Amino acid sequence: MEAGKKGLKKILVSNGMTKRFSGLVAVDNLDFYIPEGAIASIIGPNGAGKTTFFNCVTGFYQIDDGELMFDGTRLNGKTPDQITRSGIARTFQNIRLFNNMSAIENIMVGQEPHLKSTWLGSILGLPSTRREDEESEDRGRELLQFVGLEGKGDMLSKNLSYGDQRRLEIGRALASRPKLILLDEPTAGMNPRETIETTDFIRRLRDELDITVVLIEHDMRVVMDISEHITVLDYGRKIAEGLPEDIQRNPDVIEAYLGSGAAAAQAAI
Amino acid sequence: MDLIRSQTWRANLTLGLLAGALILYCGAIGMIAAFDEREVVNDFISVGRLVLLATPFIVGYMAANRVKSAGGETITALVSGIVTGVLIALPSIILLLFNSDEFRFLLDWSLRLTPFVAATVVAWRMHGDSADTRLLVGTWLLVAVLLGIVLGSLALIFDVKGELRSVLVNINRDWVDVITFDNRGDLLMGIVTYGGMSLGSGLAGSIFYFFPRTPRRALTYGLGVTIVVGAFGETVRLVLQENLERDTLNTLFRRDTLRQSAALALFIISTVVGFLWAMYGQQVRKSVHNMDGSQRRTTRLISTLIFVAILLMLPWLIGRTLSDVAVTIGLFVLMGLGLNIAIGLAGLLDLGYVTNYAVGAYILAVLTSIGPLGLFKGTFTFWMVIPLALLAAMFAGFMFAVPVLRMRGDYLAIATLGFGEIIGKLAISDWLKPIIGGAQGVQAIQKPVFFGAELRNPEQLYYIVLVACLVTLFVSIRLNNSRTGRQWMAIREDEDVATAMGIDTARAKLLAFTLSAATGGVAGAIFAAKVGSVFPNSFTVFISINVLSLIIVGGIASNPGIVVGAIVLIGLPELLREFSDFRFLLYGALLIGMMINRPQGLIPSQIATHEIRSGVQAKAGAGG
Repeated sequence: MEAGKKGLKKILVSNGMTKRFSGLVAVDNLDFYIPEGAIASIIGPNGAGKTTFFNCVTGFYQIDDGELMFDGTRLNGKTPDQITRSGIARTFQNIRLFNNMSAIENIMVGQEPHLKSTWLGSILGLPSTRREDEESEDRGRELLQFVGLEGKGDMLSKNLSYGDQRRLEIGRALASRPKLILLDEPTAGMNPRETIETTDFIRRLRDELDITVVLIEHDMRVVMDISEHITVLDYGRKIAEGLPEDIQRNPDVIEAYLGSGAAAAQAAI
Repeated sequence: MDLIRSQTWRANLTLGLLAGALILYCGAIGMIAAFDEREVVNDFISVGRLVLLATPFIVGYMAANRVKSAGGETITALVSGIVTGVLIALPSIILLLFNSDEFRFLLDWSLRLTPFVAATVVAWRMHGDSADTRLLVGTWLLVAVLLGIVLGSLALIFDVKGELRSVLVNINRDWVDVITFDNRGDLLMGIVTYGGMSLGSGLAGSIFYFFPRTPRRALTYGLGVTIVVGAFGETVRLVLQENLERDTLNTLFRRDTLRQSAALALFIISTVVGFLWAMYGQQVRKSVHNMDGSQRRTTRLISTLIFVAILLMLPWLIGRTLSDVAVTIGLFVLMGLGLNIAIGLAGLLDLGYVTNYAVGAYILAVLTSIGPLGLFKGTFTFWMVIPLALLAAMFAGFMFAVPVLRMRGDYLAIATLGFGEIIGKLAISDWLKPIIGGAQGVQAIQKPVFFGAELRNPEQLYYIVLVACLVTLFVSIRLNNSRTGRQWMAIREDEDVATAMGIDTARAKLLAFTLSAATGGVAGAIFAAKVGSVFPNSFTVFISINVLSLIIVGGIASNPGIVVGAIVLIGLPELLREFSDFRFLLYGALLIGMMINRPQGLIPSQIATHEIRSGVQAKAGAGG
């Protein structure tokens, strides 16, 4: 169980990673790793630097110090499209779909790293372009089915229900066939039933598609239920790391979440 | 009192007064008198009078609709039709009285009394419930004195006491003639006639509301067709002239207006057609819907063939003048389809599109002119230069895109607007005068020659434009539905996320600008060949604005929408030419009305279906 199924190979590693916003240190000298094949969670109070960490990994922000390694290559200085091409996909805290495109078109855009056709090929209708378009559509349909949106592919994504939009966003991320997927609060705003469905779905990502999953999550039941590796951040620093059971008992974590009084009370019990 | 207080009545009274104010405004700017020049039906009704009568009819209909949907009685609905009819006439009648010699004292007295009446109303509304009378009196005095000074000085400045006409130049005999239904001599008679007509028309509108659906639709259709044909009599006659004998034409038209018998026949025929469509249209549509694959394909093939045949024969059908309009529309369709790549697909608000038009025009002008500025004096032909114009415009589009790649939204719009201005200034500058002639432009541009025949008429140029439009349409449809198109749409929707999907956004945007520019260059080149000379003042920001407007009015990212938008925004003003100054007013009103009532455009873009094609039916209730 520890560190996922593939043993101890670390797919994502950061050494001394730091990100500052004009004086405010959002991520502070972070040493960190994600085991390959794991479902890992990043938790921490609001403003702990979780989403900033995601943005640094996906190239939305450039880190100021330190080093980020993914699957043996350095991510420093790469642009978001290059990072996506190297095998990292993500979803967003506030869903960011292409609203005025249909669901399947969203997924087809997600396949971008694997598409080769050019505009000239499309205008001329070259056989290779046609074939690629057909394959792209077929794979799009398969993915729609996988995320449970079969039959809704031609709806504008803004017209989908909230839960469907969350799933479509994950589907779009999967379309790039990533090795690592970063999910930013995938169960935010969901009712208990939807949350359970999503949790099961995240397990399927790892078990069936063999993708390493990293999530930011506030719902502790979800975190403790599916995580195999948890990292706790507070004020941009890592305060704990390990298995769910260890994290639950860690006094630093309890203090960060509930304040020092609570930690003392916990210790007294 | 309850009646007047009720929401519905208030809304209807406001509607009536607003429409009345509109009629008054149209009269005061001279529009009604100008429209009276044009007859819809010979010796029966003019466009000006039609406006006077159609407005209460429509408003009466709306008022009845409002009363009925609020659950009111039928009789209330009819009364509201009458009341709105009277209210619509009221402002114009008051102005008529003020303007007449006998009743001018009314204006004087109402000007004198206004401050007192207004002060009483204001004071009462503000402090009517307050116990303190000093407050009441104080407010009254303040308002009365202030308004008195304002109105008094206005009266002095404009000398209203003398002649209303000196202020409102269009409140003249023509206007009085239209408003009083030719009773200028007997003012009371005129007022009663107009008031009665307006009342009757309002009542008719509210009665019309209670017609059963089918005859109502049929009549609307019949009236609509007759009015449009009548109002555009000159254009319709031009079209028919090509295809009918002179004698036949003269039985239908008297000069440019429809004869009464012809109008009646047209009305009856179109009503019957409208009736049949209202009765059986649903069935026809249903049977088309229920057709199986091969039948549907056959139907589509036949309708496409008919459509293509009409497109091909159009110049013969509509004659020279309208062919010229068709060529202009075609040029704007070309530019619209091009700009749509940048604006509709990639979401790049480009306000400098005229740049490409100018580049194309000047390239063609300089290379093919046999005048003093022509570089090669006839070595290059139109056909050789068209691809060059296309490439040059693409190059210009590319060069202008490089510095603005990082800009988004409003900033991009302003920057591109600047480029458009730069091109205009360059074209007129002394610096480039030796090459492109400055303000004098380039003359003596050769006409295209097609297998020895010189294409100099709009009827012939039409085919060049048609081919260019069809090719562009084809390319545009292909791109719309391609990887590249989806990249652009993703950038339009959310550029950051598009990058995160692995799209090289800089490259995609450059491509959008470059391809978008291409058709502008072709349009410019054809324009230059059509006119035979090129002047800098043809390339103003209004070209860019017009192209943008037609895209928005037609429907952003919708190819059929762009064609319809070009017909409405470019073709209609050409046809309205006889209404001279007022056509731009109408154009502006149309734009505003469109944006309020149909912001998605005349023909909104359709979602490309990818999933349905594989036979997967949308789940029930997935309609969203």
